[in-house]
Amino acid sequence: MAEIPLLELAGVHTHIGRYHILHGVDLAVPEGRVSMLLGRNGAGKTTALRTILGLWRASYGMIHFAGAEITAHATPDIARLGIAYVPENMGVFASLTVAENFRLADWRGDLRPTRLDAVMAAFPVLAQKWRARAGTLSGGQKQMLAIGRAIAAEHRLLIIDEPSKGLAPGMVAQLTEALIGLKQARTTILLVEQNFAMAQALGDHVAVMEDGRIVYRGDMAALAKDIPLQTRLLGLSLASHQ
Amino acid sequence: MTPIARQPLSLGGRDPLPYLVLPALMVLALAAMKFSAWLTLTVAGLAVGCMLFLAAIGLTLIFGLMDVLNFAHGGFVTLGAFIVAAVFAALPASGGGAAAALGVVALALAAAAVAGGGLGLVFERLLIRRVAGAPLRQILITVGGGIILQQMLIVLFGAEPLALPRPEALRGGFIIAGAAVERYRLMVCLLGLVVYAATHLALNRTRLGLLIRAAVENREMVEALGFRAERLFRLVFAAGTALAAIGGVVWALYAGMVTADLGADIIILIFIVVIIGGLGSVSGCFLASLLLGLANNYVGFLAPKLALGTDIALMLIVLLWRPRGLLPMDGA
Ligand SMILES: Nc1ncnc2c1ncn2[C@@H]1O[C@H](COP(=O)(O)OP(=O)(O)OP(=O)(O)O)[C@@H](O)[C@H]1O
Ligand SMILES: [Mg+2]
Repeated sequence: MAEIPLLELAGVHTHIGRYHILHGVDLAVPEGRVSMLLGRNGAGKTTALRTILGLWRASYGMIHFAGAEITAHATPDIARLGIAYVPENMGVFASLTVAENFRLADWRGDLRPTRLDAVMAAFPVLAQKWRARAGTLSGGQKQMLAIGRAIAAEHRLLIIDEPSKGLAPGMVAQLTEALIGLKQARTTILLVEQNFAMAQALGDHVAVMEDGRIVYRGDMAALAKDIPLQTRLLGLSLASHQ
Repeated sequence: MTPIARQPLSLGGRDPLPYLVLPALMVLALAAMKFSAWLTLTVAGLAVGCMLFLAAIGLTLIFGLMDVLNFAHGGFVTLGAFIVAAVFAALPASGGGAAAALGVVALALAAAAVAGGGLGLVFERLLIRRVAGAPLRQILITVGGGIILQQMLIVLFGAEPLALPRPEALRGGFIIAGAAVERYRLMVCLLGLVVYAATHLALNRTRLGLLIRAAVENREMVEALGFRAERLFRLVFAAGTALAAIGGVVWALYAGMVTADLGADIIILIFIVVIIGGLGSVSGCFLASLLLGLANNYVGFLAPKLALGTDIALMLIVLLWRPRGLLPMDGA
């Protein structure tokens, strides 16, 4: 029962400049599951993800990944342990072409063609835009590029920050479908998402943040059923979001 | 959210107009003088331009890729000049034939590149890294570092100017269409072209260059993908200072002597070139260098009294026309 999670945060505090943003975050991401991290705007979700990646430094607490302590590791070293990160702003290189963005997907070198084919099958539009500069893509296409680039190389954990942000409903549905495919392939995912429908479709577990702390932890299915709890935690309900 | 996300190096469409400035200037000059004078002045001007380019390219690369304005850049140019003097003192090239002379020059270029790059690494580690992201302190520390570098060179090589006679094989020239063309100037043009092409290809056709362009745009994301951006930047810094030293070799051989003030004397010109070209732009740097070299020669010939103001006037005109320089951050 008590299997060791792939990623674990224990009592993590993060300061940005003189602001104290995370106040002791405890979070476990089990292998082969989709863990949702929810919370209102400004709750500290992005800060938590950036702290995992070493883009902000934890001022107290410990972060373990795959049995190693990574709290003080440099970002490239953390990534090399097998974490792929799709940031809130997607992090595509606008001045490079789609092809060039993919050339940087794997720090070890060139991608295996079969891997690339799989990504192109999931996001066919990327193959059409192969030679286009990423800066000329639409928001949804950029998000596909960002996620496609993240899954093109082999990783143990995929971290995505609000992929549905600013996308049209049709695009969100398409993205959800692609992520469901990853879930079915037993990819370990830590996903921050405000779109509750998407969260419900994907999440196995859920943690809810508020003011830099985790205030709720449980199964996604249980939270999806409990409208009053949703309203209290997130200020919205599944019904109101649809 | 990403504090380091910046203006991308390449902006889709290219602006063709700046590329026409150089041929336009050459045609205008041709209309104003005899062909033989024009040819001599043009070759000489292009050679000076290429020397300027070699001295300046490192500064613009380091700025474009690292956001560091290295005011000690001139010190690395001086270093290269002293290195070629030392190499020539150790291996007198005058006796041997053309091949021997070229060999010694090649050796001096290689030694300068190694010394400049190596010292650049030390410089980056000791000074630049401490002031990352603090522009004012960066200016102070690179100015100070430049002074220390110059003083160290004086201690090592002395304060007196060193004579540096060019080997026989690099002297003289030939007459084409009634115009005298110096051999060394042609060589300098060739070297400038080779360095320009190599930098361009390295940035645009290699995986390392791709990585550097990506890191300029979004350093955090490059690191989140598992690449060590810090090493990339260190490499760029060393390449920039190595190129400065190579520029010093070429200047010293051109001037026929070496002084500890060489770098300080041309640093203003280097900054003008880098500003006219567009900070961070390799092609802009090349274009601006040639423009400055040619304009100086043409104006010096046609209106000698105006020669002193040519550089500043050119900079004013270009900046009024294109406030960010001729080819701002085009990535190559
Ligand atoms: N660079 C920064 N400097 C100062 N404060 C910051 C910075 N980044 C975030 N914060 C603050 O940290 C808190 C948490 O921000 P964070 O971006 O982690 O929230 P979030 O849960 O991701 O919100 P959203 O849903 O809007 O993306 C906010 O109060 C925010 O103002
Ligand atoms: Mg956020």
